[in-house]
Amino acid sequence: MSDALDTLYREVILDHYKNPRGKKKLDHADVKNEGKNPVCGDEIEVEVEFDGDTVKDLSVSCAGCAISVASGSMLYEVIKGKSFDEVRKIAKVVKAMLKGEEYDADGIDLGDLDVLEGVRQFPVRIKCALLSWVTLVDAIEKADTNESSKLSTTE
Amino acid sequence: MSTLMQHKKTNPVIDPESIRRDFPILNRTVNGNQLVYLDNAATTQKPQIVIDELARYYSEYNSNVHRGIHTLADEATQAYEKARQKVANFIGAPKTEQIIFTRGATESINLVAYAWGRKNIGKGDRIVLTQMEHHANLVPWVALAKETGAELEYIPIDEQGCLDLDDIGEIISRNTKLVSVTQMSNVLGTINPVEKTIEIAHDRGAIALVDAAQSVPHMPVDVKSMDADFVAFSAHKMLGPTGIGILYGKEELLSGMEPFNYGGEMINEVRYDFADWAALPHKFEAGTPNIAGVVAFSPALDYLRNIGMANVRQHEIELTGYTLDRLSSLGSIRIFGPMNPELRGGAISFIDNDVHPHDLAQLLDQSGVAIRAGHHCAQPLHRLLGIGSTARASFYIYNTKEEIDQLIDALKEARRYFGHE
Repeated sequence: MSDALDTLYREVILDHYKNPRGKKKLDHADVKNEGKNPVCGDEIEVEVEFDGDTVKDLSVSCAGCAISVASGSMLYEVIKGKSFDEVRKIAKVVKAMLKGEEYDADGIDLGDLDVLEGVRQFPVRIKCALLSWVTLVDAIEKADTNESSKLSTTE
Repeated sequence: MSTLMQHKKTNPVIDPESIRRDFPILNRTVNGNQLVYLDNAATTQKPQIVIDELARYYSEYNSNVHRGIHTLADEATQAYEKARQKVANFIGAPKTEQIIFTRGATESINLVAYAWGRKNIGKGDRIVLTQMEHHANLVPWVALAKETGAELEYIPIDEQGCLDLDDIGEIISRNTKLVSVTQMSNVLGTINPVEKTIEIAHDRGAIALVDAAQSVPHMPVDVKSMDADFVAFSAHKMLGPTGIGILYGKEELLSGMEPFNYGGEMINEVRYDFADWAALPHKFEAGTPNIAGVVAFSPALDYLRNIGMANVRQHEIELTGYTLDRLSSLGSIRIFGPMNPELRGGAISFIDNDVHPHDLAQLLDQSGVAIRAGHHCAQPLHRLLGIGSTARASFYIYNTKEEIDQLIDALKEARRYFGHE
């Protein structure tokens, strides 16, 4: 297999795919949100428990390809314990990274997330990597605005 | 074409190796590997004669069709109408006027949904479809039902992925106005007994539409013996250019319908406060059509006729049987649709137990093998099967058993890559 492919499916990504973190059910979720990319068939559910305006705990349950599952798993690791503002900032950085745009990650611990840069070479897969992030941000917006359920998508 | 003709003399079943030479794209490499194109249910590749005719039209006789006096207009019109004649012959339509050119099978079905459906289907009427329909033969009817208050009923599928006809007598009830069925599923590959559904539809006073987008390109289809009221298919799935669809209709139905689009080319007489419509087929072809696409569809039809549709079908039965056997032997693959190649066409959807279809398609692409992953425009069917998406390999006349071996090798390699032996 080619080098480009190894950039997409880094060891870290395959590890997150095989052992997704945060795949659980919360006992006290304050907000839930579903994301779906109908064309791919990727489906995700994000639950968030708040402590003020901080993400106290969350769950990420994703049925999808390696990229979408791994991205959701990394999201879980990075987001737990972060404030809403930090969540929005990190999500913005991830989006920019995936789209090959400039971003400022000063003061942000991206964890394993930098491996997602490899996805950029495969434009059709960007939406896979983004799904969990959009679903999470929509969940937080939903809590903020008391909006009723809406389905998130990156297609 | 000459190699093909010579070959036909010695062997009744087609030789994909000689056919391949007529398709320039099959020489290309993808990610450093020879292209193995297995996405033919989405669109087929084009032989050189089709590509040449597109160029020849624009280089030698580009002109708008109909009502032109000058030489180019006459040549373009003749070529355009000759293509219509070839389509009529290809599917056994009694009259050339029964062939309407559209943008694709989707538009053909929409034409019927608007021009016939909205006039003849009302509240309390029933529309019967099957559970395996492509969105093209589903969404137009869902929209019509929503708009008119008509009810939708679906012929179910059995565990094999074939239509379960046990209750068809009740499903196609007396209040049914339309039965619209795919002749070959783009997901399951299943070939449906459309003659039977058409017969019952007619017995109930309903009309029958056949979505033939996957069948006309792959098997002999005769619209007259089938007795369908409408048949829809696309040129690009049978070697022709994109942007061309065909609607065949029974003359009395087409004559009784109002146009779908209005404008130039579809009128007889127009005044400031009045217009009446041209005769068939022009009534349904408002505006300048895709002339280049239509005239370049002619050589595609000639090419398939020379091979013979029975031979195309036989070739695909062999390839399908071979693929089903090899996929089954992997042990990790779940195949959807009938396992008997006589009951199905060469569109094979499957999932691997461990590797997601999207990842499979990505990894196969690295080996130059082009397959499709997703719901193949059949979301309700995937929901019914309890899966989000499938991988699909689909064949045509130029595919070989060696390519199937490459597919299998690439699938094994994909599993290894993800750590599954």
